[in-house]
Amino acid sequence: MSENARMTFDELREHLCSTYPDLCPLFSVEFGDGVLHIDCGKLHDAARDLKSLGFDRLGMVLAVDRGDTFEIIYRLTSRSMRVGMFLKCNVSREKPAVRSVCDIWPAANWHEREAYDLFGIEFEGHPDLRRILLPPEWEGHPLRKDYVDDRMIRRPDYI
Amino acid sequence: MSTAVLSRQPVVDEEGRSLEELVVNVGPSHPSTHGVCRVIVHLDGEVVTKAEPVIGYLHRGIEKMAENRTYLQVVPLTDRLDYVGSMYSNWAYCRAVERLAGIRLPERAEYLRVIVCELQRIASHMMALGSAAADTGAVSMFIYTFDQRERVIELFEELCGARLTYNFVRPGGVSFDLPERWEETCREFCSALPKAVSDMDKLYFGNTIARARMKSVGVLSLDDAVAWGASGPVARGSGANWDLRKNDPYSVYPRFDFEVPVGCNGDVYDRARVRLYECYESCRIITQALDQMEPGPVKAEGLPRLLRPNPGDAYDHIESARGSLGVYLVSDGSPRPYRMKVRSPAFCNLALLPLLAVGHTMSDLVVVLGSLDPVFGEVDR
Amino acid sequence: MTAYLTGIAYGLGGGIAIALAALLGVWAERKVSARIQLRLGPTEVGPFGLFQTLADTVKLVLKEDITPREAQVGLFRVAPLVVFAPIAMSLVVIPFTTGWAPLNTEVGLLFFLAVPSLSVLGVLLAGWASRNNYATLGGMRGAAQMISYELPRTLSVLGVVVLAGSMRPTEVLAEWRWWWLLLLAVGFIVYFISSLAELNRGPFDLPEAESELVAGYFADYSGIRWAIFMMAEYGGLLAASLFGAAVFLGGGWPLDGALGVLVLLAKATAIVVAMMWVKWTYPRMRPDQLMSTAWKVLVPMALVQLAACGVVALWL
Repeated sequence: MSENARMTFDELREHLCSTYPDLCPLFSVEFGDGVLHIDCGKLHDAARDLKSLGFDRLGMVLAVDRGDTFEIIYRLTSRSMRVGMFLKCNVSREKPAVRSVCDIWPAANWHEREAYDLFGIEFEGHPDLRRILLPPEWEGHPLRKDYVDDRMIRRPDYI
Repeated sequence: MSTAVLSRQPVVDEEGRSLEELVVNVGPSHPSTHGVCRVIVHLDGEVVTKAEPVIGYLHRGIEKMAENRTYLQVVPLTDRLDYVGSMYSNWAYCRAVERLAGIRLPERAEYLRVIVCELQRIASHMMALGSAAADTGAVSMFIYTFDQRERVIELFEELCGARLTYNFVRPGGVSFDLPERWEETCREFCSALPKAVSDMDKLYFGNTIARARMKSVGVLSLDDAVAWGASGPVARGSGANWDLRKNDPYSVYPRFDFEVPVGCNGDVYDRARVRLYECYESCRIITQALDQMEPGPVKAEGLPRLLRPNPGDAYDHIESARGSLGVYLVSDGSPRPYRMKVRSPAFCNLALLPLLAVGHTMSDLVVVLGSLDPVFGEVDR
Repeated sequence: MTAYLTGIAYGLGGGIAIALAALLGVWAERKVSARIQLRLGPTEVGPFGLFQTLADTVKLVLKEDITPREAQVGLFRVAPLVVFAPIAMSLVVIPFTTGWAPLNTEVGLLFFLAVPSLSVLGVLLAGWASRNNYATLGGMRGAAQMISYELPRTLSVLGVVVLAGSMRPTEVLAEWRWWWLLLLAVGFIVYFISSLAELNRGPFDLPEAESELVAGYFADYSGIRWAIFMMAEYGGLLAASLFGAAVFLGGGWPLDGALGVLVLLAKATAIVVAMMWVKWTYPRMRPDQLMSTAWKVLVPMALVQLAACGVVALWL
């Protein structure tokens, strides 16, 4: 592949702002990566917009337990623009549900199942939402911070 | 999405259920040497109509464990993710930590990391090619590739004392500098490897039966590869010219002159050839790195014994033998990571199995699984 | 009376020959495969590890006799013998030296081609009697493979019969000329490949290697019963190599008598080693590729060979 320069985040911001102006203020650069914070209701539309912008590849979907919300983070990459960015949204802890992006990027299938398995986040519209890493009869969602299990061993805080 | 053409139409009853289907469970322990993978296969006669991988048999909760350990104590956990590629698993994690904590490395550490990563890539591809050959029945090829892999492992044993899980790449650098004569042994290995690999090439890939087993089997189109998030030799075999070492260069890779092999048909044969050629390219990189490397420290100076990065998120990725391996770290200012997520390429590539196996026979299923090269430590974490 | 005694003597002889063939065959396989793979093979038990197979056989005999509960016990126990016996029988029609074969019938070559086919029944029985879905499938697939490769094998040997004008083993050996080898080269290759497939060896061992995914037809057999299957395989290997050496390569030529037997054994050993070499070099063929090779490649080659032999025989 020719060594054409990778798109910088300023160029990405410009490109984003010119095509989708309402997404523009939500874009920022944190710790060296472009991030778009979105409301979870508008996630699916924003994902579709970003796909047509050129982000054809979904790298992963992860969730972070932030206490009163779960933050769902999507890693998007664009081959043509040679840049990657994050799409982040927050869902409430009581009822964590967001629309699935499987119809936009089929790669989301297994990642969303994993987020469901480990955090309990429901992805509406997912073709096959069931546990993937843990056995189907497992109760609870281990990666939540309030998960308690008899078999967990807390290491001592002697350091 | 591509559709596979079956040799004959399945027989269905009024409710659409298949009448002549046989469901075979390819259990979690089976002799094909890929690890604990269970595949539930629906067969219509000889032809696979549905193949569903069931994973999680090696799930150890590494991400949860990482929340309970300090940043340095997490490094041995990352060893056990992709246990065939311990060096680069450590490296992906360490890059994320260094990004989070803002650590700058001495040059020699970067070069050492590149050298061990490329050696590890060779070892991993040797294993992938060998076990793929053993799946098709060419057991001798398995032994030859493991002979080469054994030399790499001996190099690593001299370097850090371990044969499989090295704990070598640490946040801030690497743990040891090179012992005496290591560089010479490494150079000898790199000069001997291309001949050995080309002999293996002629033995196995030149063989008509092997080609017939591998060509036009498990064809992955470029669009599917991108849509399903495939990376590494799986994506490059389909024509996606995407290698993080070139497209998103990190560490000292911009200083090396090497090429990235890309296939065109996306079948098992092309993926195996990509892995084979990557071995040659890795030799080139290692030789250049050994030439360019200057003496110096191998660890960043002034690092506290207990890393307490500022609160925030950071993500970094590297090109592993399987694809783009990334680590997302969330820090809350304490000595332990708040969340560690590993983006494992084998997990993403394995999701392709249902797509690739349909329309082929059972024997081809094994071959396709081998070409996706899963390592279940990484898939299941 | 003497006929019965001779028959018993030949039977015992055949049995001992097969047992030795299995012992040495397994040893040879382990050594040949080891050397191909840059290893040594057995070296500890006996000189050059020769007694390794004996030690393994003792271990196998001492194992528990496991018969699956669901299996049809009678058929299950008989199946290995049905695979083994025809192959042992086929050894008696090989012309070991000029003028002598243990059973020198008029239809000797046909006997050799036809009788081992009975072992296909044993394969089917083994798969069926195990009462295991996958073993049955493996058995059927093995049987289909063995039957398909009968045809090219028979056609290639027919070329020799046409040239020699007889099926009696000693006559074929007597009629053999060294330049037949130039004519029969293609036929010999067809015979070699078909024998590999008949014995479920080499690139054609899918029924055994089904155990990668799905059980092979002898998966439920353990201990000495499994050893009988292995004896049948190595005995068949020896028989096919001896027959090929006698009929295609001229047996004891250029030496006669007892030395001729040694020459025959040397040629047969070369063929056996070649078969092992092929097995450890090539990957396995897929079932559909296997069948298409038999029907679309080997049968036409054998037919062309037969036609060429017919033309030469007319001219002779």
